[in-house]
Amino acid sequence: MRYDGAELDTLDPNLSEGFLEKLRAHNVSRRRFLAYCAGLTSLLALPVSFTASVAEALAATDRPRVIWLEFQDCTGCTESFLRSDDPDVGELILDLISLDYHETLMAAAGDQAEAAKAAAIASPGYLLVVEGSIPSGDGGGACTIAGRAATDLLAEAAKGAGGIIAVGTCATFGGIPRARPNPTSAAGVGDFVSGVPLVNVSGCPPIADNITATIAHYLSFGSLPATDGLNRPLFAYGDRIHDDCPRRAHYDAGQFALAFGDEGHADGWCLYRLGCKGPNTFNNCPSIRWNSGTSWPVQAGHGCIGCSQPEFWDTMTPFYSALADVHGFGVEATANDIGLGVVAGTAALFAVHGVGKSIQHRLAGRHASGTDTPTAGPEAPKDREVKS
Amino acid sequence: MSQRVVVDPVTRIEGHLRVEAQVDGGQVTEAWSSGTAWRGIEDILIGRDPREAWLFAQRICGVCTTVHALASVRAVEDALGIQPPLAASLLRDLIAHAQYVQDHTIHFYHLQAFDWVDVEAALKADPTKTATIQASLSDYSNSGASYFQAVQAKLQAFVNEGNLGPFTNGYWGHSAYQLPPEVDLLATSHYLDALKFQRDFIRIQAILGGKNPHPQTYLVGGVAHPIDLNGDAGLNDQSLEELQALFQSGLDFVNQVLFPDIVAIASYYPQWASIGGGVGNYLDFGDFSSTGVPPRGGTSNNASLLFPAGVIYGQDLSTIEPVDPMRISEEVARSWYTYRAGDQKALQPFQGETTPNYTGPTPPYANLDVDQRYSWLKSPRYKGAVMEVGPLARMLIAYADGRPRVKELIDGALAQLHVGTGALFSTLGRVLARGVETVVIAENALSLLTELREQIASGNTQTFDDSKWDPGTWPSSARGFGLHAGPRGALSHWVDISDGKISNYQVIAPTTWNAGPRDAAGNPGPYEASLVGTPVADPTQPLEILRTIHSFDPCIACAVHVLDAEKNEILRVQVQ
Repeated sequence: MRYDGAELDTLDPNLSEGFLEKLRAHNVSRRRFLAYCAGLTSLLALPVSFTASVAEALAATDRPRVIWLEFQDCTGCTESFLRSDDPDVGELILDLISLDYHETLMAAAGDQAEAAKAAAIASPGYLLVVEGSIPSGDGGGACTIAGRAATDLLAEAAKGAGGIIAVGTCATFGGIPRARPNPTSAAGVGDFVSGVPLVNVSGCPPIADNITATIAHYLSFGSLPATDGLNRPLFAYGDRIHDDCPRRAHYDAGQFALAFGDEGHADGWCLYRLGCKGPNTFNNCPSIRWNSGTSWPVQAGHGCIGCSQPEFWDTMTPFYSALADVHGFGVEATANDIGLGVVAGTAALFAVHGVGKSIQHRLAGRHASGTDTPTAGPEAPKDREVKS
Repeated sequence: MSQRVVVDPVTRIEGHLRVEAQVDGGQVTEAWSSGTAWRGIEDILIGRDPREAWLFAQRICGVCTTVHALASVRAVEDALGIQPPLAASLLRDLIAHAQYVQDHTIHFYHLQAFDWVDVEAALKADPTKTATIQASLSDYSNSGASYFQAVQAKLQAFVNEGNLGPFTNGYWGHSAYQLPPEVDLLATSHYLDALKFQRDFIRIQAILGGKNPHPQTYLVGGVAHPIDLNGDAGLNDQSLEELQALFQSGLDFVNQVLFPDIVAIASYYPQWASIGGGVGNYLDFGDFSSTGVPPRGGTSNNASLLFPAGVIYGQDLSTIEPVDPMRISEEVARSWYTYRAGDQKALQPFQGETTPNYTGPTPPYANLDVDQRYSWLKSPRYKGAVMEVGPLARMLIAYADGRPRVKELIDGALAQLHVGTGALFSTLGRVLARGVETVVIAENALSLLTELREQIASGNTQTFDDSKWDPGTWPSSARGFGLHAGPRGALSHWVDISDGKISNYQVIAPTTWNAGPRDAAGNPGPYEASLVGTPVADPTQPLEILRTIHSFDPCIACAVHVLDAEKNEILRVQVQ
C-alpha cells in the first residue's frame, strides 16, 4: 500500500530527531516512511493532505499497549497479520505498539503469560484486539484459558480498553463456530461488550493491510475509523466486491463462465453463475488484493465466498450456487435492496467523521452514474457471447 | 518434593492447550495434556454440499492452512471416484510444499526458538564473533558484524524503553539456556529475517490460490486456477517465473539459514537427544506422488511417494509395517465425549461419533480432575497402539525405507552432532527431523515446478475434471477418506455422502494423535509419555516442559475440531 507520488516532496511533517533515529535503525528513509504514511492515508480513504498528520501522529506515538486475545479461533487472523505489507515498515508497526499479550507470539507461557496480561490490564486505555468467537452457553466449558471462561476473560479485558478491534469474521459476527447448528452457542464480541468503542474488521481472515491500517488509525487519531452499519471500517468495507471487480465488464456484457474449466472460465469471464458472492459482499479484495497485492480469489479463478459478511457460512451457501438461487431473487434486486440497504444504513454515520466524506462522495458519484444497477441481469442471460 | 505444575496457556502454539505435570525430584513423573476449547466444525458440515466441505474444513486451522482443504477434497474425490488431472495434483502439491517451508520456518523461529534462545543474553554478544559464526555456517548474505550490531542496537532500544512487548516475562536468564550469547544474537536476528521471509515466500499461495491464509482455489475434481501460458486469466509464463524465483528463495533460506541454525543450536543441547522420546511408535500416511494419485495407505504406491507411508513400532527401524487406514480408531474414555455403545469402546472413523459430554470443572478452576475425563481431544489409536505422528515419524520411516536424500541429511546432521541414530528418538530428534524434511521438501518443490512446466509443454493444461461435478451423477450414497501427510503429521478426513449431502464427517488431525489424553486402558498419549523424565530446574519457570511440547508443534484447533457425525441432534454441553 505504499504510495510514492511527487506530493511526498511537498510534505513537511514535524518528526522528532528521536523518531528519525528509530527510522534509521530500521533502515527506513524519511521519504520511505512518508510514502508508507501516504499509502496508509489513501487506504484509510483520507485525502492525501492528511499524510503529514498521520506521519506526525505515528511518530509521536508512545507504543500503546495492545492485548490480543484468542478464543474460538484458527489463528488465521494472526497469520494474516504476520503477512503485513511492506516488510520493514510493517516491522516498524510492530515496534510502534507494545504487544503485551498474544498467545501465539509471546515468549512467556502459563503463569508468566497471565501475569503479563494482568500488568497490561492494570493500566486502562490499552487497545484490545480479539480473534475468534466466544461461546456463551455451556457455562464456559467450551473455551477456557488458564482455567477461566472466554466470556470472563473478554469482559475483564474489555473493561479497561480504550478501543476494541474485533479481527476476523469469528470475532466480529461469530464466524464458523456460529454456523448452523452453532454447537457451542458462539457469537461475536459485539454480542457481549458494550460501552467501549468497537470496530469489526471482518473477513476469513481479513487482509493484513486492513488490520494494520485499523491499528494505525487508532495510533494516529486516538480513535477507531468510521464504520458502516455493521461496525466495519468504511475504508475497507465501503465498496462492494462486485463493483470493483476487474471482471465486472464481463458481467455487464453478459459474459459468464458456465462451468469451471470452460472457455469462459479460462478467459476470465464473470464467475457469478459459478456461485461468486461478490455482488453481496463488501470488502476491498479487488482493489488492494492479498499478500502484498499479489492476487485475490477471483483472480485465481474461484468465486468470492462472501467471507466478510455476517453469517456467510449459512447465508452464502451453497457456495457453488448462483446468488439468485440462494435468495430467490435476482442479482439486480440483490444489488439494489441488500447493497444499497447497507449503504443507506450507514449514511448517517458518514457525517460524524471526516474519513467518511470521501467515501460518501465516491458512493454518491457511483450512484449518480448508475453503475450500481447491473445492465445485464443473469436472470435472463443473453445467449449472445455466452460460451458454454 | 512432589508438586503439580500447570502450564495454561501453553503459548507459541495454535489453539488452547493446558499441560499439568507432576514434578518430583526435579523431573516430570507424570503428565496430562488437555485441549480446553472446541468449536464443532464436523457437525456444522452435516447436511452441506460435499463440494464445499473443503472451505469449511480449511477453517479448522489457519496456521496449517490448506492442509484440511487438501484432505477434504481428497476424501470427497475418493467417495465419488474422481481422479483429478495431473496438472491439478501438481498445483495442489506445490501449494502444500510452500506450506511446509513456511510453516516449519515460522514454527522454528517464532514459536519454538525462545525455548532455546535467550533474547536478553543476545545483548551481551560480540557482533564480530556472531559474524564469524554466521560465516562458518553458510554464505547467507546478512552476515556482517554491522548487521548483527544493528539488530543488537534495536534490541537494546527495546530494553531501554523498559517495555519488552511480546518478549515480556520470558524465561530469560533461566539456567537451562545454554547457547553462547553470540548464537543467541544470531538466532534473534534470524527471528526477524524469518518474519520477512515467510511473508514474501507465502505469496506462492496467493499466486496459486488467490490468498493466504486460506487459499481459495480447490475444487472437488481439481483446482479452479486455469493454466493459460499466454493469457492473463490463469497461471501464465509470468506467474511460473515468479513461482520459480519464490521457491528458489525458499530453498536458499532453508539451506543458508533454517537448517544450519537448527543443527548449530542443537549442538549446544546434546542432553536433549536423550530427553522426550515418548511412546516410540511412529505412523505416517506418506504423500506427494509423482503419478498424482493420493496416498491410500498400504504399499501399492509407496515407491511413487516423496515421503513413504508406514508404521514403526518400539523405535525399531529394521521393520516398516504398511498402514491400513481401516485399523485407525478413536477412544473417548478420558475425553469430554460419550459413545452410545459405551465409553470404553474404540470406534473406526467411519463409525465415529462425537457426542459432547462436558464433565470438567466449571470455570474458573485451578485444576482438572485428571483421574477422570480431562480433554476436548479424543485418543486416536492404530491397532489399539499409541502412535506419534509428525516430521520425526515421517523422517524415521523414510530413513528406515532407505530414501537416499533423507539418509544423507540425517546421517550428516548426526555426524555433526557426534551422536547415533538413537538420538533421533527425542525432543531434539523432532526438531532435527523437521529441519531435514524442510530441506527435502524445498528441493522437491523445484522439481515439481519443472515437472509442471513439462506437463504444460506437452499439452496437459487441464486443471479440473468436471465429469462428477453435477450431483446428479453421484450414487445415492458414497463414502471415502482422504489422507495427507501434513506438516504436523498424519491427517485423515472421512466423509459419508447421502443423497448429495454430507451425512457424516470425521477428521483425525495430527495433533489429536499427539496431544490426546489417556485411552480406556490408561495408556498416555505421546505428549504425556514424552514429558515423563523431562527435567524441571525451576517448577515456577517450566521452560523444559515447553521444549518437549513445542517439539511436536502443537495445533490444538486442528485437534479439537470435533463433533458429530451422523446425528443432527446435538447434546448440549452441560456444566455441573
